[in-house]
Amino acid sequence: MGLRLIDSYVYIEKLRNLIYQLLEIRDEMVSEGVERHSIKVGIPIVKLGFISMFKGGVIMDVTNEVQAGIAEDAGAVGVMVLDKLPYDVRMAGGVARTADLNVIERVMNSITIPVSAKCRIGHEWEAKLLEEVGVDLIDESEVLTPVDEKSHINKWNFRVPFVNGAKSLPEALRRIYEGASMIRTKGEPGTGNVAEAVKHFKLVTRDISMLRGYYASKDFEAIWIYCKENNVPYELALLTAKLGRLPVVNFAAGGIATPADAALMMWLGSDGVFVGSGIFKSGDAEVRAKAIVLATSYYDDPETVAEAQKMVSENVSMVGIDIRRIKPEELMQSRGV
Amino acid sequence: MVSVGVLALQGDFLEHIQLLNSIPGVGSFAVKFKNDLDKLDALIIPGGESTTIGRLLTIKGLDVGIREFVNSGRPVMGVCAGAILLAKNVVDRFVGETGQFTLRLMNIKVLRNAFGREKDSFESEVFVDILGNMKAVFIRGPAIVEAWGDAKIIGFIDHPLGRFGAVAIERNLIAVAFHPELTGDIRLYKYLISEARR
Repeated sequence: MGLRLIDSYVYIEKLRNLIYQLLEIRDEMVSEGVERHSIKVGIPIVKLGFISMFKGGVIMDVTNEVQAGIAEDAGAVGVMVLDKLPYDVRMAGGVARTADLNVIERVMNSITIPVSAKCRIGHEWEAKLLEEVGVDLIDESEVLTPVDEKSHINKWNFRVPFVNGAKSLPEALRRIYEGASMIRTKGEPGTGNVAEAVKHFKLVTRDISMLRGYYASKDFEAIWIYCKENNVPYELALLTAKLGRLPVVNFAAGGIATPADAALMMWLGSDGVFVGSGIFKSGDAEVRAKAIVLATSYYDDPETVAEAQKMVSENVSMVGIDIRRIKPEELMQSRGV
Repeated sequence: MVSVGVLALQGDFLEHIQLLNSIPGVGSFAVKFKNDLDKLDALIIPGGESTTIGRLLTIKGLDVGIREFVNSGRPVMGVCAGAILLAKNVVDRFVGETGQFTLRLMNIKVLRNAFGREKDSFESEVFVDILGNMKAVFIRGPAIVEAWGDAKIIGFIDHPLGRFGAVAIERNLIAVAFHPELTGDIRLYKYLISEARR
């Protein structure tokens, strides 16, 4: 005779008693100091909490440990290690891949602040290797050449948090649904032109205001339609509507080159900034890095931002590229939506 | 009404402010300038990057302001990066001597990144004297490895790497290696507020 349903009930009862007994033993061992409390790693609160510590700070793109040291001394909250700065990626053409792991390790061993690195969109194994060497944050980035235009990495499977770029709210919510712990605007990387970051940030903010309005007027149907039309998970859209902001930390990125650029993005509501080519493609990297850190922290005080802006010279700012001079097929922001 | 300030130069100061606002009889304020300290009864230095906050502290003279604040007897709680900034002695697990700016107010030695990098960040439980067991989130967390003089370690974390100090006190100063603002546990805040009322 096969197992009856009632047998499984008895089994579950026994299993419960066993678990209770084991718990009692554990408590006893804990109280006697034999067994340690469990140590939970890689859980959402640990990843989101880590990202939360970046707020009000500047993460700087670097290509070696010398630049990383300059960034740390200037007060960066983190560095992003790349093989080439986004501007040089744009100029070099060809396939852009994750940075040299040896360089990443050298940077990790020379500074105390968190070290991030980029992997290609959809490249699970570049990401796994970055996690393996101990990178603190992985940027699944459109600056590198995507390996899968249709699908991003399933980021829930990683112990290390991810940041993704987005140029609209639906993109941002899709990335969070895939497990991203942090969002940044895409902007147009390597241009020294903050225009696209401004555009993307405002688009996200406007959509959030709209959802918030729907929620305030209890128009859940409108939220539902928004989700269907834009390919967005309903739970996250509803959470965003309730919160009135993105449910994860949101940084500005793409074209920030001066203290005023950083202050502008903070004033628009971003939680912090990434500076890519803007610092190490300028003629005054050390002082510019310090000035951008100061302007980001004190963005709401024009006097201090002016003080920061005076530290840098516009003569040596990154020259930059007008977005209208870039061919549509060369735009990085349209990669991985 | 007890006024608690949260240093708002960089880091997760908003989480602290929101948590303080949920405690009856407490008003919270963001602190960015020296004169913001005048009206306060207590101060929290939040988590973030200790090198970043340290650098910003010196630009507007907030370092001098906080030292005066402490000398006036009012309580200060440093959380994670804040605990590092209170310490007299700081070393990093990977880099060794950091040579970074700190306020050098507490007789403690702090080991930065004591448990490893972000992939080793964890949630566990700590035991704190008087307050009891507490859920604790350590984010690239420091550990309090030594205390001397009037400083005393009153909270511990048992980790596979060993037993480390997680909370230390010295007169009107409290150093906390984990993040009570992320788990919403208000017991340490209440302790800070009771110190402010004394």
